[in-house]
Amino acid sequence: MIPELGQVALSLALAVALFASVSALAGAEKSNAEWMAFARPASQSLTLLVAFAFGCLVHAFVVNDFSVAYVANNSNSALPLQYRVAGAWGGHEGSLLLWTLILGVWTSAVALFSRHLPEEMAARVLGVMNLISTGFLAFMLFTSNPFDRLLPAPADGRDLNPLLQDPGMVLHPPMLYMGYVGFSVAFSFAVAALLAGRLDATWARWSRPWTTVAWVFLTIGIALGSGWAYYELGWGGWWFWDPVENASFMPWLCGTALIHSLAVTEKRGAFRSWTVLLAIFAFALSLLGTFLVRSGVLTSVHAFAVDPKRGVFILGLFALFVGGALALYAWRTARIGLGGSFAPVSRESFLLANNVLLAAAAGTVFLGTLYPLALDALGGGKISVGPQYFEAVFVPIMAPALFLMGIGPLARWKHSSLPELAVLLRWALAVSLTLGLLLPLAMGSWKPMVGFGLSLALWVVLASLLSLRKGARTRSQYGMVVAHIGMAVFVVGVTLVKGYEAEKDARMRPGDTVEVGGYSFLLEGVADVAGPNYQAARAKVSVSREGRPLRVLHPERRLYTVQQSVMTEAAIDTGLTRDLYVSLGDPLEGGAWLVKVQYKPFIDWIWGGCLIMALGGLLAATDRRYRFSLQAKQDNVVEAAA
Amino acid sequence: MSSRALWVLGIFVALVALLAAGLTLNPREVPSPLVGKAAPPFELPLLSEPDKRFASKDRLGSVWLLNVWASWCVSCRDEHPVLLELAKSGAVPIYGLNYKDKREDGLRWLAAYGDPYRLSVIDAEGRIGIDYGVYGVPETYVIDKRGFIRYKQIGPVTRETLAQKILPLVGQLSRE
Amino acid sequence: MNRIFLVAAILFSGIACGNEDLEKRVTALSAELRCLVCQNQSLADSNADLAVDLRRQIREQLGSGRSERDVLDFMVQRYGDFVLYRPPLKASTVLLWIGPFLLLGLGIVLLIRRIRSTNRQAPPLSDAERARAAAFLDRGRE
Repeated sequence: MIPELGQVALSLALAVALFASVSALAGAEKSNAEWMAFARPASQSLTLLVAFAFGCLVHAFVVNDFSVAYVANNSNSALPLQYRVAGAWGGHEGSLLLWTLILGVWTSAVALFSRHLPEEMAARVLGVMNLISTGFLAFMLFTSNPFDRLLPAPADGRDLNPLLQDPGMVLHPPMLYMGYVGFSVAFSFAVAALLAGRLDATWARWSRPWTTVAWVFLTIGIALGSGWAYYELGWGGWWFWDPVENASFMPWLCGTALIHSLAVTEKRGAFRSWTVLLAIFAFALSLLGTFLVRSGVLTSVHAFAVDPKRGVFILGLFALFVGGALALYAWRTARIGLGGSFAPVSRESFLLANNVLLAAAAGTVFLGTLYPLALDALGGGKISVGPQYFEAVFVPIMAPALFLMGIGPLARWKHSSLPELAVLLRWALAVSLTLGLLLPLAMGSWKPMVGFGLSLALWVVLASLLSLRKGARTRSQYGMVVAHIGMAVFVVGVTLVKGYEAEKDARMRPGDTVEVGGYSFLLEGVADVAGPNYQAARAKVSVSREGRPLRVLHPERRLYTVQQSVMTEAAIDTGLTRDLYVSLGDPLEGGAWLVKVQYKPFIDWIWGGCLIMALGGLLAATDRRYRFSLQAKQDNVVEAAA
Repeated sequence: MSSRALWVLGIFVALVALLAAGLTLNPREVPSPLVGKAAPPFELPLLSEPDKRFASKDRLGSVWLLNVWASWCVSCRDEHPVLLELAKSGAVPIYGLNYKDKREDGLRWLAAYGDPYRLSVIDAEGRIGIDYGVYGVPETYVIDKRGFIRYKQIGPVTRETLAQKILPLVGQLSRE
Repeated sequence: MNRIFLVAAILFSGIACGNEDLEKRVTALSAELRCLVCQNQSLADSNADLAVDLRRQIREQLGSGRSERDVLDFMVQRYGDFVLYRPPLKASTVLLWIGPFLLLGLGIVLLIRRIRSTNRQAPPLSDAERARAAAFLDRGRE
């Protein structure tokens, strides 16, 4: 009964979304206030309906209703409650419903916080967002219905993939989707501006906080995914350049370029058509990611089960929305002038260079991810493009961007002078070079790449702090400095981990010791343990350093009973300057075990850096300028007259 | 329309076309680089009589199929009726490579489902499988008179592939 | 007797150190190869049967003195280029390897063009426009 209600809610939502988008967009074209007025309440209703449907699905999971096919495929009565709930987004259909729900949430947020926008603009933005909802609801109802029944109902479900039975599952997809889907707001603003034929500084100012917040969520979502893979998968890796990871990284790179570009358009009215293009691209990459994950064109550990019908539908949505936006762009931007002018050395130039680098980086990830597919489609055989490729090409492109990150914030708008900048920055340069090149010695062995990375990171920190030294300090400026410092922290983490990590795969019997990174690991014994839905072998490993005992770790090797799959639960000792990572492998003859022990220096700085970046973004997004008040209405009048 | 916009649109259309083509491909299927090259020679014990051995070079001068199977392989059961029909028709001899299996399990499986093979050899550790680039089971190779691999079927042999690809090829190779 | 023990100890430690080095080389090489039965994992990370078999092959070959290059060639002969995570540089992959730098180059060209175009002089005023401007300015001064 309840699943049927959920399905009805989705059908109603589809009708509401379609109606809302048509009336809002047509109303804006004809300046018909009545039609446009539907947009806000319709958007709220849409969100409520989708939320209700989502609630029905979660309910089915909680009460173990295995007559719903999706629940039967992704749950089990022995599954702990929190994972039954998270299982609602563990498979294709449910995660799509989550996507649509989050789209509804963003749409409602825009409906609520857009009072200060001219009515036509708000209507257009909401119209486009509802159009996107229409597409996804249709996709669900026609090809991926989470409420399809499975009759006769099986006695029990096939269980959630053990890899997903983890707190990471509760947080990572929702955060990631908040980011992915959040870029639809920037997209909608861009399309609305194109439709209105007005691409001025005000559009950028309206769009900016929404884009920044989406970017913050995406940063957190990707960081969570990486951290989760690190402790869940058992072999200590945190980024694999897997197609699905790349699918989330590309929008992030594009989104970063976008928030910088919006800053220029807002302040100086320059880059207008590039900013619009970036806004379209960021969401296009989100849609592309959705396609890549669910269509089966690429192999990935993250991919959902494949059905060609679904691939075709999403490709259709992608072609329609992005193609439509690009066609609109081609049509409308022909008439847009260049916007404000600026000198070759100016903040605008540095930001433009930054955008070029970020776009090249996104393009590179795009090339590497899709090249095997392209080559195969053209009959050129099958190749693999793995981490070795990405690392080789990505670093040379990002390194200059990091360097510019130090200079840009100090350059003046419109016209700056290189000699002046050089004088300002000379001490920062000297200190970062010296310290950066000397610090690796403190870690034990000198490595040129480590010196390079540390110098760049220090440079960014020192130059960022320099930029605060004078002038009014707005929250936006603090946000920028914090985000840049977060990036530097991230770079430090990556550099040091890659430079100095150490591991050993050892055959250990109880009583054996292994040494890694200056720490001793003693396997005391392995015991059998039963969990709620698994059987496990649990090892007791004592860690000591220079004879002093530090901690006892308990890595496990679990056999999940329903799917009969084996999983290793690594035991990690987290520290500010290093992680100690122990995972239990296969049992060997003679009571021995294969144990993998790893020393990961400064690895938590990677995710720490991401969180600091996100915090910086949050600071910037909540700057006073974006807090809407009656003032805003008057500002608009002034802008129009100018 | 600005030229920049036209470029972007053009690239976009190409991208969509590429992705559409991608939907028809299978990213997990690995084509064999051995097609057109000499079949790696092997000499292995028979599944049924462990003291006797069979060498691939014994087959030089005639066309034959090498079918990689295992008792633990579920899809092998799907293709087995097709192989049995093929064996009965006598169009081309099928030799079996029992891959990473236990002798008793292999024999029991053949007894239960039928034996279409002239003979089966057993590759218990999978080393010959590695030489042939086997990565999944079942796989079938068409080998010509000179001992060259001319076709590799990845996955179960179906009646369609038999009729459309394998038998015509065998016919052509027999006439060489 | 002591000498035998000494030699044995040196040999043993040599083997032990050698084993560690060998394992390191096996792991490093396994990370460069794709596990064909998995969904995008390297031979080093995977526990699939084929991965275990292939790692054993690698260990045997490296242990018997063959080079990393030889082992990679061995794998490519049997499984094709697909098994390499670092795409080989061939005619079909040239675009892949230089593509990023082409993109960067293109971006820099566009960047320079954009900066130049904003600095293009505005067309000089015609006499009539100059007269109008002068008239406005005079009026403003009054």
